[in-house]
Amino acid sequence: MSDTLQSWGRYPRATQQVIRLRDRLAPLPALESHALPRGNGRSYGDVCLDDGGTLLDARGLDRFIAFDPATGVLRCEGGMLLGTILDFCVSRGWFLPVVPGTRFVTVGGAIANDIHGKNHHVAGSFGCHVRAFELLRSDGRRIVCTNTENADWFAATLGGLGLTGLVTWAELQLRRVPGAWFDTETLRFDRLADFFELSTHSARDHEYTVAWVDCTARGAALGRGVFSRGNHAAQPAGAHAPHHVRLRIPFTPPFSLVNGASLRGFNALYFHRAPKAVLRASRHYLPWLFPLDHIQEWNRMYGPRGFLQYQCVLPPATALDGMRELLERIAASGTGSFLAVLKQFGEMPSRGLLSFPRPGTTLALDFANRGRRTFALLDRLDDVVAGAGGAIYPAKDARMSGERFHQYFPAWRQFEAFIDPAFSSGFWRRVSQ
Amino acid sequence: MSEQHILVVGATSAIAEATLRLWAMRGCTLYLLARDMVRVEAIAADLRVRGAAAAHPALLDVADFAAHARAAELAWATLGRIDTVLIAHGTLPEQARCETDENYALREFAVNGTATIALAGLLAQKLAEQGHGTLAVISSVAGDRGRASNYLYGSAKAAVSTYLSGLRQRLHERGVSVVTLKPGFVDTPMTMAFRKGLLWATPERIARGIVRAIDKHRAVVYLPWFWRPIMAVIRCVPEFVFQRIKL
Repeated sequence: MSDTLQSWGRYPRATQQVIRLRDRLAPLPALESHALPRGNGRSYGDVCLDDGGTLLDARGLDRFIAFDPATGVLRCEGGMLLGTILDFCVSRGWFLPVVPGTRFVTVGGAIANDIHGKNHHVAGSFGCHVRAFELLRSDGRRIVCTNTENADWFAATLGGLGLTGLVTWAELQLRRVPGAWFDTETLRFDRLADFFELSTHSARDHEYTVAWVDCTARGAALGRGVFSRGNHAAQPAGAHAPHHVRLRIPFTPPFSLVNGASLRGFNALYFHRAPKAVLRASRHYLPWLFPLDHIQEWNRMYGPRGFLQYQCVLPPATALDGMRELLERIAASGTGSFLAVLKQFGEMPSRGLLSFPRPGTTLALDFANRGRRTFALLDRLDDVVAGAGGAIYPAKDARMSGERFHQYFPAWRQFEAFIDPAFSSGFWRRVSQ
Repeated sequence: MSEQHILVVGATSAIAEATLRLWAMRGCTLYLLARDMVRVEAIAADLRVRGAAAAHPALLDVADFAAHARAAELAWATLGRIDTVLIAHGTLPEQARCETDENYALREFAVNGTATIALAGLLAQKLAEQGHGTLAVISSVAGDRGRASNYLYGSAKAAVSTYLSGLRQRLHERGVSVVTLKPGFVDTPMTMAFRKGLLWATPERIARGIVRAIDKHRAVVYLPWFWRPIMAVIRCVPEFVFQRIKL
């Protein structure tokens, strides 16, 4: 079966065979050309695409294997969605140690991209909580990896973009929580320097911190935004779990709904709606951690040409000036997204050879694909990131050059030795040239 | 009654597995019959984690008719009583091969038709002896009318549907309800080669329909519901018109 499975950014397009996996104990299917394991396709660019090859769709590997309610150690298959794990564990008093901005990613995808979340400053990346996993290679070999056993394979596979083999199962350490709720605080900040101050100041008492930033603001308002922070909490008296009202963007509009006018309007409104002083609220984890999950197929809003997400990290020494320059260049371009996110990473080292999270400040936002103009802007942003000693997140990328990649991820040569000879991806062919 | 005791034949099928997960979340006790012990053990482990009070995997090749009775006895011996039986095994024969390869066609008919009937009869009898229970069997909309593209499969399912109709009448007085489940197009490994359109449903959606139909002791359900009017229309088309249609 040939299919045009896409990535979340719907750019670039790729055509590939799709083989659905259902049995973790079976060998990999016979492959005609190169192949790539695929989770739920929520990475944005081409790390989950393999044009002209075969995608091994792992979503059918979605079984639990074991759970110890006393220790919170969970073993499950690689295609299981984080959302399924949360549905299972929250009512039992446990939570995933790290979650990204959507619950629709698989465990295998979370490992392959060594994802991070709003609690990075205390918890590190997803890989920090992976106790073990099994890697199935195309030659039939099965390698059980932990931090100490086959540790080189362990490090290569965390953040290894699915190229080292298929993750058939993984064992995760969950964390205890008092309930499905969060005590949250929201307040706005008027300039970029205030974000850094708030982050430093909030990191001590808040396990989750993140900021929305107005990517259209310039001059004195540059870097203004809304800061959110929170901690796990028990269900408050009288509170009810939110209803699952799921909206859907029903079709792809012929052009991007995100344009200069809607962008400036939304961002100004969002900023001015936010409270000047701290606003405290009790929030259920679903809307608080995964606000966009309530709008199915929101990626359609960028029209048929799709969009590019841009996520970078700048080291602490250059973060303030670098972010200022990035935001200035973005605002000057008049493009950007409704949701631009700033977050201060913590010091906990990531365990993967190609892990993205590292100490510093990360910025993430979308750009509607307007062709050459958009690519030229992103190249100008890359100049700032590279000059500041930062890095770009492969899971979000569809266009960085091989040269930049090598600079951001110097361990890539070392990593190459671990790639399964039958595996490849659009991303890897692009950056390994 | 305490938590439900449920026996599933063909437990590794995608629809059966999705249905079992819903029952596991209710804390049911499950007994899983399948041809592939390794796969059914992986499913049983999953169901235990999801909340099943117990999940017992066991071997059965439905084409081995002589093994049916022993498998049923073992299931009853293990669970003590069985409240619900779901027969869910099946294959999708290649129609073109059925037209030239008689042995293949008859073998496929046996798996999808005769074996299902044999198991339905046997397990319904055990439920009747026990004095209560529900027998649910996955038939198909394909059994409502023969179509050129899959009439071997369709005729096997027609036999099953007709058999269940009679069985339901017979057991009505004996405390056993018989549920005929008629899914339409379902996106499973069995139908991997097909282009999917609007009428296709996920195994999870079919599973929710199955659990609901059994809870409510329904007689014949179409899954999803919209297949009932569609099949009503298709059954009404006169044969002299129908033979000219490509379906």
